[in-house]
Amino acid sequence: MPTLELTKPAALPADWRDFLALTKPRVMYLVVFTGLCGLLAAPTLPPLVLGLTAILCIALGAGACGALNQWYEVDVDAKMRRTAKRPLPGGRMDPQSALHFGVGLAAFSVLLMGLATNWLAALLLMASILFYVFIYTVWLKPRTAQNIVIGGAAGAFPPLIGWVAATGSVAALPLLLFAIIFLWTPPHFWALSLFVRSDYAAAGIPMLPVVAGIESTRRHIFIYTLPMAAAAVAPWPLGLTGAVYGVCAAVLSFVFLVLAARVAASRTADPAKMDAEKHLFAFSVFYLFALFAVLVADRFLAW
Amino acid sequence: MVSDDDELIRKRQRERARVTALLLGAFVVLMFFITIAKTGVNW
Repeated sequence: MPTLELTKPAALPADWRDFLALTKPRVMYLVVFTGLCGLLAAPTLPPLVLGLTAILCIALGAGACGALNQWYEVDVDAKMRRTAKRPLPGGRMDPQSALHFGVGLAAFSVLLMGLATNWLAALLLMASILFYVFIYTVWLKPRTAQNIVIGGAAGAFPPLIGWVAATGSVAALPLLLFAIIFLWTPPHFWALSLFVRSDYAAAGIPMLPVVAGIESTRRHIFIYTLPMAAAAVAPWPLGLTGAVYGVCAAVLSFVFLVLAARVAASRTADPAKMDAEKHLFAFSVFYLFALFAVLVADRFLAW
Repeated sequence: MVSDDDELIRKRQRERARVTALLLGAFVVLMFFITIAKTGVNW
């Protein structure tokens, strides 16, 4: 049996696990969950396989955003401890592979969404990917401390896409779900950015604590929590959900407000002692999960 | 004679080919079920 000898050295291809890491699977679960809840909260449910495909497309779209974000921010990621070991700054993948992977995944997710569900859902998915990549990553993030405020819209699309994938049209409730995530994003990310401030400062990202200071960020967190809580409870008085959702949303939002008030009252500048900020960050993740889970439970209880 | 580097390259290529084949197979199955669902065939 002949042995093939390589006559010239070939480049080491990236490990498939690094392509998977490029999609940021650990931050994708919230996107997938809210998209699923948007779909399940809709008045009509699609056939199971089409519903699952819609969620798969949302996940693939989010993965494409992660890949394109990492491709664009390779220099920034290399400067931050939290991100320095990612496939691109770690030197385990060439940038062109990441770019091709991201663009290919984005195009695939949009086309599959259009073919499996409807083209309005596909259009919204495409808009969310383009918004995340061009408006947030390229334009806002490196330029303004309001990056998270406007950029939050990118992460707010999934429940709207899930709903539209199920129904083919936009309604008041999914727009409110969009608003809830949009308003939830600033307090959530600002709480995180308070205790990883030095990382953002080292990378030159103008996050609010870096530009406006810790005290100002704490005040902003509390102020932005107020409209978020109002948007979270709003579906109940508007008659879009039942009392189960309304009461749970009110309780959850009240706890969020209390934790945000604790952050506003905190005076420590040492990240290691920022317990109030860490508690708020952890609770904010639970809050969104619980809120959307209760929304779906409320919908099924009403049937 | 195959060096350690070449061996690693081949290993990576084999793994990537396997994952690609699995994903393509899954895509074919998915498209089949999507087609069934879209055409409204009830089993």
